[in-house]
Amino acid sequence: MQVMFVLIGFSLLVALIFLGLYLWAVRTGQFDDKVTPSIRMLFDDESVSNDDKQEEVDKDKSDHSK
Amino acid sequence: MLDARPKYRPPKDGESIDTLACFHCGDPCDINDIRIGDKYFCCNGCRTVYELLKERDLCSYYTLDEANRGRSPKDAVYSRRYAYLDDAEIERRIIDFSDADTRVATFRIPAMHCSSCIWLLERLNAIHDGIVSSRVNFPRKEVTVTWKASKLALSELVTLLASVGYEPYISLQSVAEKRRRDTDRKLYYKIGVAGFSFGNIMLFSFPEYLATDAGIDPVFEVFFRYINVLLALPVFFYSSLEYFQSAWSGLRRKLLNIDVPLSIGILMLFGRSMYDIFSHADAGYLDSFAGLVFFLLIGKVFQKKTYDALSFDRDFRSYFPLSVAVRENGHESTIPLTKLKIHDRIIVRNQELIPADAVLLRGEANIDYSFVTGEADLVQKKSGEHIHAGGRQIGQLIELEVVKDIEQSYLTRLWNNDVFTKEEHHGLTRLVDRISGRFTAAVLLIATSAALFWLWMDPSMVVTVFTAVLIIACPCALALSSPFALGSAQRVFGNNDFYIKNTETVEKLASIDTIVFDKTGTLTRNASTSIRFRDGVLSEEEQSMVKSLLRQSTHTLSRQVFASLNADVTMHVEDYRELPGQGIEGRILGRRTSIGAREWTGRESGGSEVSGATKVYVSIDGNPRGFFSVPNRYRPGLKEVVDALRADYEMVILSGDSANEETALRTLFGQDVPMHFNQSPVEKMEYIARLRRHGRRVLMLGDGLNDAGALKAADVGISLSEDINTFSPACDGILSASRFAIFDRLLHYSRSSVAVVKASFVLSLTYNVTGISFAVAGLLTPLVSAILMPLSSITVVAFTTLLTRWAAHKQGL
Repeated sequence: MQVMFVLIGFSLLVALIFLGLYLWAVRTGQFDDKVTPSIRMLFDDESVSNDDKQEEVDKDKSDHSK
Repeated sequence: MLDARPKYRPPKDGESIDTLACFHCGDPCDINDIRIGDKYFCCNGCRTVYELLKERDLCSYYTLDEANRGRSPKDAVYSRRYAYLDDAEIERRIIDFSDADTRVATFRIPAMHCSSCIWLLERLNAIHDGIVSSRVNFPRKEVTVTWKASKLALSELVTLLASVGYEPYISLQSVAEKRRRDTDRKLYYKIGVAGFSFGNIMLFSFPEYLATDAGIDPVFEVFFRYINVLLALPVFFYSSLEYFQSAWSGLRRKLLNIDVPLSIGILMLFGRSMYDIFSHADAGYLDSFAGLVFFLLIGKVFQKKTYDALSFDRDFRSYFPLSVAVRENGHESTIPLTKLKIHDRIIVRNQELIPADAVLLRGEANIDYSFVTGEADLVQKKSGEHIHAGGRQIGQLIELEVVKDIEQSYLTRLWNNDVFTKEEHHGLTRLVDRISGRFTAAVLLIATSAALFWLWMDPSMVVTVFTAVLIIACPCALALSSPFALGSAQRVFGNNDFYIKNTETVEKLASIDTIVFDKTGTLTRNASTSIRFRDGVLSEEEQSMVKSLLRQSTHTLSRQVFASLNADVTMHVEDYRELPGQGIEGRILGRRTSIGAREWTGRESGGSEVSGATKVYVSIDGNPRGFFSVPNRYRPGLKEVVDALRADYEMVILSGDSANEETALRTLFGQDVPMHFNQSPVEKMEYIARLRRHGRRVLMLGDGLNDAGALKAADVGISLSEDINTFSPACDGILSASRFAIFDRLLHYSRSSVAVVKASFVLSLTYNVTGISFAVAGLLTPLVSAILMPLSSITVVAFTTLLTRWAAHKQGL
């Protein structure tokens, strides 16, 4: 029966991972706007992608935080 | 909140073009020569946006949402207007994040209204090279833009947004609103932690409850209990913290709010469980404890419904422009309003607001004070005369010299009144707080008497019974009933375009006995903006003729049409005559012009039908030229609303306008309704304060800035708004003007909701009494508590939610 302790430990660990994911989702603002993403996903992707420009900004931001 | 617009359709054969909808914005096309191919536009601004979109291959915009078209960029003269944004101080306050070359800022876009708006605003990077990305938050009507400062200045970005029809609303007050988001997130964290612990503690408590007489393995029993303690710690020290804080701040002000008995319950549950677990190896009530906190927090979220796109706390600063054009040494520049000093020479153009008390130096001033006083007529001023702040210049450019600081001006002095400066007194205004004092006293009394009884019967039970009573008397169901009942009521109101600031407003609405109405813009519509000329076109000269003729007449309709026309009034009128009930006539430039009823102008019957509007026909030299459609003055449904309210409420009319409509109002409201005319904003405010001193519970229904003081002074101030996304003064609720006809039902519904709250109080008190009888008898086991606590909470929530929805259904809301 000692294996129960290990199993309970695992189950708690899994639960903790989900709690962590939830807290992360709140922290990154996924609960701030519950309407726009549902509309946005219906748009077609024909438009210009500005990936390279976005990367540049990400670099700027990470430089800034250093 | 989405407003439907007429659908675009190409012209059919033989159809007159002026019934066409603009291809871009869907508004009717008044002038029919703006077109590209078979696509017609109502103005050049719309055509420009269309061209811009076409050039960038963004025309799928028009296929996204057929019913909701784009926004029309009305009077697109922006470049100069936004120059002040490049002032370093202002720029710093608007930008959220700035780095070497990257800037991030969030703009509020009141014009955002449909999915096409989201689509276009998120493709700004296709329109300008300097924009990296843009992201919309639709409920807040905000767009967050990331751009390169080297390619695009802030003022240019704002100009770009304005030129595609999404003019941002920029006010330094809006900066403060950003802080609110963080507190919302904290509540979500707390719920997450409490829910996680609640679920797991329940799981580890099951063996205890379900064990047969033989019991479970003692090793596991102890192990589960210690895990439960570990799980309960974050709930106690983190999730339930705000209940302790609120109870403590209440106690310090000698107020027993509902959080006091809640905190006692939480403390007792946790303390007793710790004691049981560590001293004599018992299970404790940790599952009830975590569940209690979890349910309470859910109630809090439900109650915290906010309307992000609306703002209820604006003061005059939100109405004022951020910048003003100043002339210095013959050179014109734009400076932030905050830097305006006495003796500065300012330049005010057509439709601009005069920001400070000033003396007119040059130009002809026609000031529209409707914003401040509610008086609709224009005031003419000559050079050398004093002009109060808050007026809007109509007509040509004027130059003024500032004589008072903005803070000292006539308009802004209203905000220095006590009503605005005094921090609102937060007493025990909520129903649940008012009964919690008596509740706490009763519980403490029962707990003490039970303890005394057991002291005499069996001293070992004293602590057990005393804590058990306090645990089971924790008013969890009581605390949940009003958030859910009033929260549902708030949502029902929201579905009917009546947006209230918070759930307490529902309770306050239910206690109202006196309703004060503003007249202009509230009982009547601001019609001049929606007057249209139909079935024909007037040339500029003819418009000017019509306006000159209308100036002779004092009839209400003449004044309205006069105000709606944007032409010069320079022409001389000969042979003027007026036939009451028929119309006016005169000779201008040798042409006989008549305006009035259909027969008066000699027009055959027929022509376009317009519902809910009066037609004012025009004919020149005997030829019918079309008619002005003037929407009816009084709001539709006014008579029904007044009749329905008469039985339950006292009504008063306060108007900033003159008394010339008193007879019309008397026939609607009856002879005994007090009516006061020519009231200044301060008089309105004082009148309401006086009513309240006489013990009345006052609701003020107003619209403009001139009612701001009265709205604030009343128990409940409701602002009536033609377009809920434009800015209304500080108030407790915003009612969409189109829903004025259900105003009486909304008020009656608030009373039913409070009745539901009271009924649910009875229900939850029944649970408490049942629980207390277990506790007093010394029979409150963790299992009984674990069943009773969630059962009472869930039934109360279901009861209140269903009952408020049913009441709404009965009222037809």
